[in-house]
Amino acid sequence: MILMDDIYKKYANGVTALNGISVDIKQGEFVYIVGPSGAGKSTFIKLMYRQEKPTSGKIIINEKDLQTLQEKEIPYLRRDIGVVFQDFKLLPRLTVYENIAFALEVIEETPRNIRRRVMDVLDLVGLKNKARFIPDELSGGEQQRVSIARAIVNHPKLVIADEPTGNLDPDTSWEIMRTLEEINDKGTTIIMATHSKEIVNKIKKRVIAIENGVIVRDEHRGEYGYEV
Amino acid sequence: MKFRTLKRHFREGIKNIFRNGWMSIASIGAVTVTLVLVSAFLIIMLNLNQMAKKVEADVVINALIDLTADSEDIKALGEDIEKLDGVESVIFSSNDEELKKFMDSMGDEGDSWGLIDQDNPLRHTYIVQPANPGDTEPLAKKIEEMANVYKVNYGQDVIKNLFQFNKYARTIGLVLIGGLILTAIFLISNTIKITIMARSREIGIMKLVGATNNFIRWPFFIEGMFLGILGAIIPIMSVLGIYYYIDANVVDRITYEFFDILPFNPFAWQLSLLVLAIGALIGIWGSVMSVRKFLNV
Repeated sequence: MILMDDIYKKYANGVTALNGISVDIKQGEFVYIVGPSGAGKSTFIKLMYRQEKPTSGKIIINEKDLQTLQEKEIPYLRRDIGVVFQDFKLLPRLTVYENIAFALEVIEETPRNIRRRVMDVLDLVGLKNKARFIPDELSGGEQQRVSIARAIVNHPKLVIADEPTGNLDPDTSWEIMRTLEEINDKGTTIIMATHSKEIVNKIKKRVIAIENGVIVRDEHRGEYGYEV
Repeated sequence: MKFRTLKRHFREGIKNIFRNGWMSIASIGAVTVTLVLVSAFLIIMLNLNQMAKKVEADVVINALIDLTADSEDIKALGEDIEKLDGVESVIFSSNDEELKKFMDSMGDEGDSWGLIDQDNPLRHTYIVQPANPGDTEPLAKKIEEMANVYKVNYGQDVIKNLFQFNKYARTIGLVLIGGLILTAIFLISNTIKITIMARSREIGIMKLVGATNNFIRWPFFIEGMFLGILGAIIPIMSVLGIYYYIDANVVDRITYEFFDILPFNPFAWQLSLLVLAIGALIGIWGSVMSVRKFLNV
């Protein structure tokens, strides 16, 4: 599913974000990425959907070698990956329905299938009654659920979530986690960067800890391991 | 691309015009102003061109024949002229015919010249029509050098000035039109750029969701095209209205023979179509140019 081998990433401004990372994540796994701010978590995640390119090293996602991937193939890579962002990244002028439908319009799905799948996924995240709202009219938790709905609507094999609960209150965070677990139960691989000790310690999964651009810990059913 | 996707792009492009509100109106305004000026220039230029062509076509070379030439010489001269390159037709006109033409051209006063009839001072003449009006001068010079030719008349100065004026008018007109169109493209691409700056975040999001560059570009393409077409409405209506008025009312009052504008139908319609096409192109070019740099996310 995800294979990284000896990845280095140095930004143009001289900051070295990743300093030799190797990791192997199998289909259907649920993985937490933890570590202090600025440790390289976000860079690690951005490499997977090719928002950033590694300075050196090998990445294979969904059997696609990102080193040889051409610029024009990037959209097709991203269609197999659902990404949930900390700041939601919803299109502000489109309704909830249109935001989710966009991911399906991109792959030229039929209008009837778009309707059906958008309503299904809205049902899953419990926002069926808010389909016609625009993002600004929703609470943070609701917006995050819309962004999850958009990420999973075309049944990607991999969902990447960058601090999906970072801006949310604890109750909403647990709801989001329940949704992610449901998706994971259906066989979708989930990579989630987080700062939430409670979540990591309560819902036990594989934990990868990154510090100063290297993996310092990789354990199944691991602990958060940092004092908050 | 599937047809339903094209439909989706049209829908989005048109929605964007409304979503951008005042910015759309500013773009349409820029196109409108440009096209009004462009169509005014085009009307003037094309009509000047038409008049010039008409005058040019009327240009003939009158080769006056020596009084000493007998009918054999005259016949030989006619054949020689016909053999020259670039001669469309050669017509012989005797001195009597020339006098009649002269008297006719004087109108009512012409009759008072009738006495001259008895002792005609005019000469037999070959009226030479050049195939290409631009060749008039060299052709006239060649004929002048032939035996038995007394003199050639071809309105030397008038022609020179006319050609010169025409050349300048065409060049200046084209330069102005080109400049205007570039200005409009610049204006519209700037206006759209402002709306896109606000939308660059949205474009980034679309790319993260897996939209190809073309998928993002299409609605902008449609939006630009419609901005251009909307901007062409007022210019087209003014062209049709004003030209109709001129054609119907003004032309008859001006009696110069060469003042004859292109007829309303089909000229005004053709011009409208051209203006519409220019408008759409300006819009498309402006919007596609401005979206380009935001696509590298």
